[in-house]
Amino acid sequence: MSLMGTFDVGTTGLVAQSLRLNLIASNVANAESAVSADGQAYRSRHVVLQSETRAGRVGQGVKVARIVESNAEPRMEYRPGHPLADSRGYVTMSNVNPAEQMVDMVSASRAYQFNIEMMNTTKQLMLKTLDLGK
Amino acid sequence: MNTVPQFDSLKFGEAALKLRSLRHELLSSNLVNADTPNYKARDIDFQSVLMQRLSGQASTNSVSLQRTHQGHIQMTSSVQSPQQMFRVGVQPSLDGNTVDPDIERGNFVKNAFFTEAAISFLGSSFRSRLSAITGQPS
Repeated sequence: MSLMGTFDVGTTGLVAQSLRLNLIASNVANAESAVSADGQAYRSRHVVLQSETRAGRVGQGVKVARIVESNAEPRMEYRPGHPLADSRGYVTMSNVNPAEQMVDMVSASRAYQFNIEMMNTTKQLMLKTLDLGK
Repeated sequence: MNTVPQFDSLKFGEAALKLRSLRHELLSSNLVNADTPNYKARDIDFQSVLMQRLSGQASTNSVSLQRTHQGHIQMTSSVQSPQQMFRVGVQPSLDGNTVDPDIERGNFVKNAFFTEAAISFLGSSFRSRLSAITGQPS
């Protein structure tokens, strides 16, 4: 039944968008980090979304194909007193762009809402179908 | 002159409901892939596919494989999915995605409404048959 398939499609969307939101949270939290756990400056992370065909079904889901790290230049801040400062007094900060993260967050949360709404509509249709003939 | 083709109401209701739920899944996959790079929005021509199904024509998308060796396994073409078409994008986006969330949402809501209509039509034709069988007004 196709309506059931819509739930599967919607679920893949929820999973992918929540992972995307998770990465945005991580990026925003680390926007002011000088050094991450591996000793390097933190690099902002993004999901690469890919559509996912399912055998015998018309609807395509979505999946996170991989997570990539941004290769933008890290931000250099002049803080001579900082323990991590180099010989010229600069500290290497993360390369997170807060404006970019905000835009991405709005897009991800809208997509998440769409998915929930879609599944709610599908649920109502299925309940109506169960009442068929009554 | 009768231009509206006449179909059995149960047969019509079943075909319409099946096709509506199929389109529901298709539109939901468009919405889910609104942020997927290079994804192309797809849809079916509901009216023509419904007419095809009602008039008993074979699926337009049926695939058959030719056997060129005796050891090949005979494939029966059981693909019953109607021909999908790509929607023409209104505002092209840089990542090659042609999903316009507003258009898809509009179509999705409209399709959900018509699905409900199909359900209630089918339900009422069930009820009228039932009242003919039992002899009681429903």
